[in-house]
Amino acid sequence: MSESAPPPPAIVATKLSKRYGSGNTEVMAMQDASMTVASGEIVALLGPSGSGKSTFLTAIGLINPPNAGTIAIGGTPVLDGETARVNLRSFRRQHIGYVFQKSNLIPFLSAIENVQIAMQLGGMSRRTSRTRALELMDYLGVADRADNLPSMLSGGQQQRVAVARALANRPSVILADEPTAALDGHRGRQVMELFAKVAHEQGSAVIVVTHDHRSLDVFDTTYEMEDGIITKQLGNSLDDFRDLNQDANF
Amino acid sequence: MNLAFKDIQHNLGRFVLTAIGIGMLLMIVMGMGGIYRGIIEDATLLVERVDADLWVVQRETRGPFAELSRVPPTLVHRVAAVPGVRSSREFIYHTIQRERFGKPLRIAVLGLDWPTDQGDWLPLVAGRSLRKAHYEMVADRSLQMKLGEKVKLGKETFTVVGITGSMISASGDGLAFFTAADAQAIQFDSPGEAVRLERAARESRGEANDLIARQPSLLENASRPTSQLPAVASSQISAVMVKLSPGSNVETVKSIISGWGDVSVFTSEGQKELLLRGTVEKARRQIGMFRVLLTAIAAIIMALILYTLTLDKIHSIALLKLIGASNAVILGLILQQAIVLGVVGYAIAYLLGSQLFPHFPRRVILANADLVQLAVVVVIISVGSSLMGIWKALQVSPNEALT
Repeated sequence: MSESAPPPPAIVATKLSKRYGSGNTEVMAMQDASMTVASGEIVALLGPSGSGKSTFLTAIGLINPPNAGTIAIGGTPVLDGETARVNLRSFRRQHIGYVFQKSNLIPFLSAIENVQIAMQLGGMSRRTSRTRALELMDYLGVADRADNLPSMLSGGQQQRVAVARALANRPSVILADEPTAALDGHRGRQVMELFAKVAHEQGSAVIVVTHDHRSLDVFDTTYEMEDGIITKQLGNSLDDFRDLNQDANF
Repeated sequence: MNLAFKDIQHNLGRFVLTAIGIGMLLMIVMGMGGIYRGIIEDATLLVERVDADLWVVQRETRGPFAELSRVPPTLVHRVAAVPGVRSSREFIYHTIQRERFGKPLRIAVLGLDWPTDQGDWLPLVAGRSLRKAHYEMVADRSLQMKLGEKVKLGKETFTVVGITGSMISASGDGLAFFTAADAQAIQFDSPGEAVRLERAARESRGEANDLIARQPSLLENASRPTSQLPAVASSQISAVMVKLSPGSNVETVKSIISGWGDVSVFTSEGQKELLLRGTVEKARRQIGMFRVLLTAIAAIIMALILYTLTLDKIHSIALLKLIGASNAVILGLILQQAIVLGVVGYAIAYLLGSQLFPHFPRRVILANADLVQLAVVVVIISVGSSLMGIWKALQVSPNEALT
């Protein structure tokens, strides 16, 4: 009886480095940062402001390529230093969902159209995309605001629409940068639990940059970053949380 | 989902105002083309309408439109005797300026060869052609005279019996049609004092003449009208219009008349050429160049507007790139808006122009060929001017969505 090979990790980031400027103004934003995230795993990335979390996240998100290091997603090598191995824009559309601190909705599209556009860019029909968008928005509690423009929604509602957009294409990787910053504690927790649910039920790999320690229990793994270097990797245990809460940096 | 229309819908007020601005700019470009076309049409209109095959004018002149021409009235009969000529008519043409309701009124006076030509060929919009040898006139609508109105010109009062539409001289003055005799009376009208002075001068010259000294009764002639003095030439006409018999060869007749030492002959096409290359050439070129300049300005303004519109949504464009929109989607967004703006602007230009141009003092003719040409130019401008915006959009990094 032959055993099938285990699926490749959803994200393998190896020794990522990124510097900005040159000479006297050179800043090393990220140095030899490595991370492996399995499919279905939800990871928190913690660290003080300026520690390189967002740089790391945008590098993995194929938005801001690193100067050095490699990134493979779903077993496919996508970046080798600054060299793209695939069509990054197409790859992003198919495999990665983003949620940012600001909701980043397109102001001239209604809430549901903001969700639909992500699907329609991939070729999904108008009707199918609308049905799925409504399902997602209903799940996130914003279906009743489907036809409103972003300017007519509260910050929390906008963020939930942004989450719906990130989930729309059932991406294998979801990257979220401070997604709960604009939400109250209850809504913030709901979003984190939603990410965990998506990770565990859909098998997506989720990386969340957060300062919100109240929801750390939903994460499978927690990384800590400082001065561009990933310094700690903690499991999801009570002891680990205790360690984190004692860290003055947070 | 059409992103271009969604954006327009979202910023409808701004889009409408921008389109009106571009529309008014295009209306000026369109109007310039119309004025250019109007000058050409006006210049050649009379030559076309009078339906003459040949024009016989004073030797070595380019008359009667491009320059002054004077030929004797007897030339009409001389020309009529040439084989192949069906009819010949006097052509009397001059421009006068009078005061009417406190405003200057310029009239291009055209004499009809009464009774051969009563103006039945005139494009009347009201009234009738001339029925009397004197004191009737047909005026163009642009002169703003009313049917039955009495107009005093010189010493005589004329009744407006007909109104024509679009009968304009090459210089843009409205045409008024009189019998040839009346047209000459208007042209050669002199005030009473001038007549008295002229008679006194004649008597003075006569008294010094040997012939008068021998026959004093001859001096009585000095007080008679100029036209009755055999020694003085009678009133001249501007040209003779010739209509050929069917089957006659234009070149043959032209070469016969050209052989006379006192006249030059032009075909109708030749007259049009003289007008277009002479009288209106500079105005035509000036307006043509101004039109090109305006088109270039319109293109620059449209480019700036489209670039600004692109900058306004650069964050959305970065976001679209971030979530995987292809360059074709971004390009389509900008290009479609540019074309919609151009098309709507063009439609506004046409609608506004159609309402405004008829009120202009000179004719503005929106010819179909010019409208199609401008439409093509607008599409080219729209596409061309969006290139700067497209370039900017393609340069933007998806990273900018996060800032």
